[in-house]
Amino acid sequence: MTATHTDNAKSTEKRRDWRSVLTATEIDTRLAGMVAAIAVIWVAFHILSGGDFLTSRNLWNLSVQSTSIAIMATGMVLIIVSRNIDLSVGSLLGLLGYVMAMVQTRWIPDTFDLGFGRWYTWIVALIVGIALGAALGAVQGAVVAYGGVPAFIVTLGGFLVWRGLIFRMGEQGQTLSPLDDTFSRLGGGPNGSLGEIRSWILGLIGCAGVSFSIYLARRRRRRYDLGVRPLAIDVCLAVFGCIVILAGIAFVAVGYESPISGDPTGVAYPVVILILVTIGMVYISRRRRFGRYVYAIGGNPEAAELGGINTRKTLMLTFVLMGVLCAISAAIQTARLDAAVTNLGVQNELDVISAAVIGGTSFAGGIGTITGAVLGAVIMQSLRSGMVLLRIDSPSQDIVVGVVLVSAVAVDAALRLGKRRLAGIALTVGLVLAALIVQTGRQ
Amino acid sequence: MNGSQTPLVEMRDIRVSFGGLHAVDGVTITLNPGEVVALVGGNGAGKSTLMHTLAGARPADSGQILVNGQVVTIANPRDARAHGIEVIYQKLALADNIDAAGNMFLGRELHTKTGALDEAAMASATRTVMQRLNPRFKNLSTPVKSLSGGQRQSVAIARAVHFNAKILIMDEPTAALGPAETEQVRELITQLKAEGIGIFLISHDIHDVFDLADRISVMMQGRLVGTVDKNKVTKDEVLGMIIMGKKPDSAE
Repeated sequence: MTATHTDNAKSTEKRRDWRSVLTATEIDTRLAGMVAAIAVIWVAFHILSGGDFLTSRNLWNLSVQSTSIAIMATGMVLIIVSRNIDLSVGSLLGLLGYVMAMVQTRWIPDTFDLGFGRWYTWIVALIVGIALGAALGAVQGAVVAYGGVPAFIVTLGGFLVWRGLIFRMGEQGQTLSPLDDTFSRLGGGPNGSLGEIRSWILGLIGCAGVSFSIYLARRRRRRYDLGVRPLAIDVCLAVFGCIVILAGIAFVAVGYESPISGDPTGVAYPVVILILVTIGMVYISRRRRFGRYVYAIGGNPEAAELGGINTRKTLMLTFVLMGVLCAISAAIQTARLDAAVTNLGVQNELDVISAAVIGGTSFAGGIGTITGAVLGAVIMQSLRSGMVLLRIDSPSQDIVVGVVLVSAVAVDAALRLGKRRLAGIALTVGLVLAALIVQTGRQ
Repeated sequence: MNGSQTPLVEMRDIRVSFGGLHAVDGVTITLNPGEVVALVGGNGAGKSTLMHTLAGARPADSGQILVNGQVVTIANPRDARAHGIEVIYQKLALADNIDAAGNMFLGRELHTKTGALDEAAMASATRTVMQRLNPRFKNLSTPVKSLSGGQRQSVAIARAVHFNAKILIMDEPTAALGPAETEQVRELITQLKAEGIGIFLISHDIHDVFDLADRISVMMQGRLVGTVDKNKVTKDEVLGMIIMGKKPDSAE
């Protein structure tokens, strides 16, 4: 009796120790949970596919295929956090992709009679796309913020209008191809990667960045005499971060040899763009006033207003930002296809919203992270890629993604309310359903 | 308070209407430094609306506001703050998903040279104010959602104190609090008063009003029934004013 008692006490103590170390790292438990979910999904598909999933080639493709949705999801987070929604991103992406293709295949060569293959072609196309994305985002944002029309309605209108405009521009739905050589590198196709040496340089910059930002945060907190994490934990975090970065580059990027040249491909440009966008968006959302205001509006719109925040301008800017991100994703998708087609981006809005929501963004407002949304996009793409490897038909893939979406949100909601059992039930039901569909959908 | 002193705030003939309803109908009211003026009256009497005009949350349709004898324009919360007016709202105007420091500086964030939020500086300033107001307060970096009513109230008050409020509007400051926390807020009001801050106190609690206020202004249906000196009236007389809308003969 006494023995069991001490044993129990000891094990609780041990558990508490373990927890306190985890708490000291100040790692977001929700993000850690998502990383764990990705690990489980990857290992499961690896086993089910007989060793095809965790290969350099598959992970490289996965990384490239996740970029477009992930980039837009970072913007969708801010829109949903401020209690709005954007249903127009797929159509907007289609329109912007089409316009950027028009710039390089029609307007520069024919309208301005400057010919093909100019050094500036891709830059002009990108600038036009981004500027137009910002402008159209501003139009939608202004109607939402200043016009008082619900975002659902405004962007439903945008969904129809932007898609319709593609056909008005595209002379009976013509496909525009091929695109400028430099531009199409943005898609990660041939010559669309950093190559071996530059990938390692990127990795080293990443390591330096991680270490330096941990050091800076430490120094700031110390200067104001606020508590700092134990040095050992900070060092461990920095070392761990560097190992993850370098291992990722070694295995996924450099490890994948180009099917054309046989050389190591390195990190694909779309992935580089995603990394830059993610860093930029994390900075905007956590370290700038604009981001703080977006979260304040989502948490309590009245408090934000009474705090003297210009809520309308802030809301409008979230849509401007969304438009810019749509343009970046549009460039990647058209470049990857080396063509602009009229149905580019169809249903992307649903994938983008799903990625944000799987990433822990709450429709109640005020809650959601950029990194969560990026991981959400990776989870979605992992499911899709894995199911393709398992030869599961497309309708069954949709069913699985739908089931995962709902059960992920159910688990998250239950955990927020502290109902662990309910969360367990939701997780089990989701997994069983998904497994059942995967098993019966194999061809 | 002697009559020769310039009032801290003077609101003259303030009118606010919502459609055809006169929510505030020609109210004139003054507040002196170091004084607590209680605003009482039934629901819909216009107390909160009157204070909203001073706070910039809802500008008046007509009337004048004077701060330290100067006519001022208050069109939004920023204008109000520029004149040293801070508000502690009934529903605690806090963003639940943001931490205490973030809420204290909401709309007035400190930033570094590059324009990034200076979270460390804000946390440090918050800790300094909190040590004075509520030394037990430790949760500087958790979202205020997880704090108790009293702790949340102290965040709201800390905001006013940190930014050197000269004029404080408290809308039912103790409505959401337990007895111990209410006592804490009362002590704080006494302390702020001693520092020369003028306070408008909106309250339904007649005991609070008699314990804290120097003068009591009673409103009914958008009009000012009258302003009385706390020491010259009884609670029953004030209740009579609230219910009947008439000034007792004995007062002033």
